[in-house]
Amino acid sequence: MSSTDGTAPPDRPTDRSTGPKLDLGPVGHLGDRLFAGLARGSGGLVVAIVAFVGIFLLALAIPALADNNSSFLFSRIWEPGGETPRFGIAALFYTTLVSSIIAMVIAVPIAVGVALFTTYYSPKRLAAPVSHAIDLLAAVPSIIYGLWAIIFFAPILRPVIDGLSSALGWLPLFEKPATDNLGVVFTASVVLAIMILPVVTAISREIFAQTPITHREGALALGATRWEMIRMAVLPYGRSGVVSASMLGLGRALGETVAVLIILSVPNGNDPWDSSIFAGGETFASKIANNAAEFDSPEKTGAYIAAGLVLFVVTFLVNSAARLIVARSGPGNRRPRRNRRAGTNPAQTEGAAT
Amino acid sequence: MSVNRLLRVGTVAVASLGVLALSACGSDPESSANPGSTSSSSGGDCPKGTLNAEGSSAQKNAIEEVISKYNEKCTDVTVNYNPTGSGAGIKQFNASQVDFAGSDSALKTESKDGGEAEAAAAAKRCQGSPALNLPMVIGPVAIAYNVDGLDKLVVDGATAAKIFQGTIKTWNDPAIVKLNPGAKLPTAPIAVFFRSDESGTTENFTKYLEAAGGGAWTGKPAKKWTGTGAGKEKSAGVAEGVKSTKNSITYVEWSYAVDNKLGVAQVDTGAGPVELSAESAGKALAAAKPAGTGSDLALKLDYATKAPGAYPIILVTYEIACSKGLPAEKTALVKSFLTYFASADGQSSLADLKYAPLPEETRTKVDAAIQAIS
Repeated sequence: MSSTDGTAPPDRPTDRSTGPKLDLGPVGHLGDRLFAGLARGSGGLVVAIVAFVGIFLLALAIPALADNNSSFLFSRIWEPGGETPRFGIAALFYTTLVSSIIAMVIAVPIAVGVALFTTYYSPKRLAAPVSHAIDLLAAVPSIIYGLWAIIFFAPILRPVIDGLSSALGWLPLFEKPATDNLGVVFTASVVLAIMILPVVTAISREIFAQTPITHREGALALGATRWEMIRMAVLPYGRSGVVSASMLGLGRALGETVAVLIILSVPNGNDPWDSSIFAGGETFASKIANNAAEFDSPEKTGAYIAAGLVLFVVTFLVNSAARLIVARSGPGNRRPRRNRRAGTNPAQTEGAAT
Repeated sequence: MSVNRLLRVGTVAVASLGVLALSACGSDPESSANPGSTSSSSGGDCPKGTLNAEGSSAQKNAIEEVISKYNEKCTDVTVNYNPTGSGAGIKQFNASQVDFAGSDSALKTESKDGGEAEAAAAAKRCQGSPALNLPMVIGPVAIAYNVDGLDKLVVDGATAAKIFQGTIKTWNDPAIVKLNPGAKLPTAPIAVFFRSDESGTTENFTKYLEAAGGGAWTGKPAKKWTGTGAGKEKSAGVAEGVKSTKNSITYVEWSYAVDNKLGVAQVDTGAGPVELSAESAGKALAAAKPAGTGSDLALKLDYATKAPGAYPIILVTYEIACSKGLPAEKTALVKSFLTYFASADGQSSLADLKYAPLPEETRTKVDAAIQAIS
């Protein structure tokens, strides 16, 4: 703080003396260079941190993977350490992905609904409280979600699970398990949905609110109802934003640790694998957290780190996919946003955005 | 958003990063707040300073109680105990990060993964002197259940092994009926809960199942569960699982079973059903044989004990401390605290917390070993 405060003032008087009518700021001066350096530094720092984490994971995982006597990607056995370490991530991968996808299926429609409600439907005095309430959900620590879910929420969810499994039980995904277990993947998914709701809602809300008024009024002027206006003007405009918001939420769902750890029952290694969402399971993050206290040998640690590496890669792929979707969602949908932002200097913002 | 505001936000972020980095450099991980203390004190006196320990979560409540009692006596000593788990505690101890460790099992003398054995690494940390395994807290493991209308449940080793192996699947199985004549047993399937994290409780419980199960337990005793059921995180998780699931059963530290108002099964060792109490658990420890030599007090528990009135499923948590080789002021602190821990006074406070005090004979041996620390 002090550095820029100390350097900026000497520039300003000279600027003002030359011409107060057009304040371009201290072009080419120390402030500008400092800011450019800061921006570049921040960008570089982020890349460096990501690279550092990746290298750390790789360095610890490779020796363990080399000793692995089981297919790392396709086995569901998890016996790292010992003389013949055997571990595979198939079950972890499945549970992580399935729980996150179900969470998305539940959360995204609700989030879009809430965002549309607060921006276009609700009266002004209701919009702010609803938004604040949703934002408040983001402030609850995940361990609270976990405890709340397993003590209070899971028994409430029981009838839903029973109903779904009796209606759709013929699908392996919805098969009813033998025991009356509360800590199932479905419960975890619903809680994950609640946890990612605020992120997706907040970003969607901002995007929807930015739909150019000309688009909206144009649609209404052509005789569109409010729903038609939203369908024709707001949703197409906000699509890429909602996709990015969802991917941000998905990233959180994939990596959520403590809540999932508390909720999910872990299947024992002897029973045959159960693909049902009404059975227990373990995600990458919950497995690592659950066993972190007993990392007593480098090989064992490496096995868990390797699992963490897969989560890292999955999250990376998810984000890349999101970027691809946003990029492909059609230039017609992006141009308004770009024009709006680029109002003053199109060339510069283009460059900065990429 | 104006450029000015952005600039300000950016500088604040960077400035705070800088402050963080500076403070990280400034803080010294080794606790230097250790004033010149009485190095020549015997165990009974109160030295000054800070004692850091880490390890088994099974003895967390016990050691916290003892620390608070100890602090009534010795106000100038700060004892920190970090219940991160036995493995972590031993690792930190061997890396000289803590002054003593708490562990659910004695230091292993053979290495598991081709690395250095725990005992050898600990001896290295103690400047070449062996580290002591001091049995300090007896934590009975309860077979806790939740069955409506079932106030009393008796199991024997074989039945328990079959239930937890998954070969006995329902509550009205003939084997359970035979041990509980006249009891109202439901026809429902048995929901077994186990510890999903690696745990000394699991290791001790499976040792019992193997020793007393008469071959019904097929797995090897290990920290990782190999039987049937659904896994829950830590003791709190399995206790909560049983509490919220009808017709369920688990193995958990006694205090969790009592706190959650779960039924606690009586164990038939062959000498009649034994109820879990501080006294019956203490009797099982008295029946244990020493596993080490000399002042090493590692115990070999007899899980298949038929001693009358002995409750066989117990977990002994050890304090791992250097017999020699610590700096003098640390030695005084360790000695003073552990002496109190092993005193009749210190042990007597444990029964209320659902731990069992050490039997007098063992207690005197432990005390002698602590007095020999130099």
